[in-house]
Amino acid sequence: MDLSLIIMQLLSGIALGAVLVITALGLTIVFGMLGVVNFAHGALFMIGAYAGLYLASLTGSFWWGLLLAPILIGAFGMLIELVLIRRLYGRSIDDPLLLTFGLSYILVEGVRIVFGSDGIPFPTPPQLVGVLDLGIGFFPRYRLFVIALVAVVLLVLWLTLEKTRIGLIVRAGARDPTIMQVLGVDIGRVWLAIFGLGVGLAALGGVLAGPMRSVNPEMGSLVLAEAFVVTVIGGLGSIVGAVVAGLMVGISISLVALFAPEMATIVMFALMAIVLLIRPQGLFGVRGRTA
Amino acid sequence: MTSPSSGEAVAKPSSSGLGWILEQRVLLSIAVLAVLPWLLPSQALAVNVLIYGVVVMGYNLLFGYTGLLSFGQAAFFGAGAYFTGIAIGRYGVPWFAAVPIAVLLSTGLAAAIGIVSTRTRGIYFSMVTLALAQLVYYVALQASSFTGGENGLRGFTVDRINLFGFPVNFLDPVNKYYVLMAFAALAMWFQSRILNSPFGAVIEAIRENEQRARACGYDVERSKLIVFMLSGAISSLGGCMLALHLSIVPLDLLHYQTSGMIVMMVLLGGARSFFGPFVGAASFLILEDVISLWTPHWQIFVGAIFVLFVLFLPKGIWGTLLDTLGIGKARP
Repeated sequence: MDLSLIIMQLLSGIALGAVLVITALGLTIVFGMLGVVNFAHGALFMIGAYAGLYLASLTGSFWWGLLLAPILIGAFGMLIELVLIRRLYGRSIDDPLLLTFGLSYILVEGVRIVFGSDGIPFPTPPQLVGVLDLGIGFFPRYRLFVIALVAVVLLVLWLTLEKTRIGLIVRAGARDPTIMQVLGVDIGRVWLAIFGLGVGLAALGGVLAGPMRSVNPEMGSLVLAEAFVVTVIGGLGSIVGAVVAGLMVGISISLVALFAPEMATIVMFALMAIVLLIRPQGLFGVRGRTA
Repeated sequence: MTSPSSGEAVAKPSSSGLGWILEQRVLLSIAVLAVLPWLLPSQALAVNVLIYGVVVMGYNLLFGYTGLLSFGQAAFFGAGAYFTGIAIGRYGVPWFAAVPIAVLLSTGLAAAIGIVSTRTRGIYFSMVTLALAQLVYYVALQASSFTGGENGLRGFTVDRINLFGFPVNFLDPVNKYYVLMAFAALAMWFQSRILNSPFGAVIEAIRENEQRARACGYDVERSKLIVFMLSGAISSLGGCMLALHLSIVPLDLLHYQTSGMIVMMVLLGGARSFFGPFVGAASFLILEDVISLWTPHWQIFVGAIFVLFVLFLPKGIWGTLLDTLGIGKARP
């Protein structure tokens, strides 16, 4: 096989993986802090895509949609935490999971009522239409943009977590929420903000994926399974794990699609099963907490 | 609640009224199911309650009694249905042989998924079972020469069956209901046997305190795998019943939305009670029927009701009723 073709497919995989990374990151950050797995994450990803599409057509610019949708949906996520999730702290770990599952039913059906059941095309922003000549082949501009944007978001997140006071509180809160409260930190507000951030990342993933996939009410269910696979491979609660596993899954899907297209949807699950057999806690997970 | 230290209390219920109910729960449940077609507005609804009741009952063994929240039960429900259909339609196996073959193969699938998933705990287990069940879904989608792919499996209609020399018209809804009820009765008897056995006490001990069960010398990993397989076997029987009933197997049966529906049903009815799964299946299906009469968007209401149950009525309809009547301990 042609080497340049493989490299192009690799790039495709990285673009695919970048969206997975952003989505799985939202899931894993919320789990690391709150110990909650959000089953409505896929539905919120889908709502993010719809919100981005709606805001883009309202303002006439993709960029406003890209900026505003994650903020608005993130605020909506904070409302969910405040009204619903907060009541379940201290109850069985299964309860938030069950509640958010019910919530995803409401969200998906709500979108069907407002926007209808059929898929809607999400136009690529005019500045990013077309392909770029990379010397060895042509690559869609939009996908290069997605890779670059995700890299920037990751860098900002990492700097915030490692270098700022807020990041310090967040990291300490994940270790021991009780001590943080004793030290005078309102941990409830930190949790609220983190849940909002997690949901905002899901929405960002949705907007970014919009022009690459078709936007429809069911798009969240596939994404939820993908995000689960990525977080399980990377290790639940691990940010580095989400990044590595997201890229790994994206690249595997693309490369397998090249050689055996019918196996493309199956390969990530096989990857997960193998990782679980060797390291039940995931590549970067901490043993004892979940496995 | 049964503590593992008083294991005999589970196996030998007292002769009081409470114990009598516990002892007769299988017969009582069968009696209720026998009159169900005349209690519900339609025969079709009664058959569905029967089928989903069995599926959810099997799932309850895993979630209610062992405390393992799986989001992949649809894999076994679907496997039971597909294996039955493939055995009858493709290999010409008679229906009464196709059912045990399908249950056996589905149990094998449960063993494979169980080996991977029972290595994980807590939330991880829920995510891994969901992912592995989706794997089964995609395999069924791709292997379309066997499964019919997106169109579902067709071409294995069972219209006339021979019951010990008596020909029975299987297309008649009443006949069909009672033939399928025999399977349900068998499943209930089997489930009751498991729960009354020492193994039943072990799985409840694992739910209450995994570490203590381990310290008591029980092999927690092996018990989890066994209960995963038993649960899959019972749920797959529900799949066999569905295949015989519908004569087609829709691909959606394997989707994780079906797993979610099973979770909803067990919670609506009441996890960790014997008859709760049937109450849950009936409530869910009636809700769906009633609400979809005046709006196609019934899922938004079912979702909202489910959220309210998680928040305010986590023991479900049947579980709360038993508690209110004061017979909650026996959990019939």
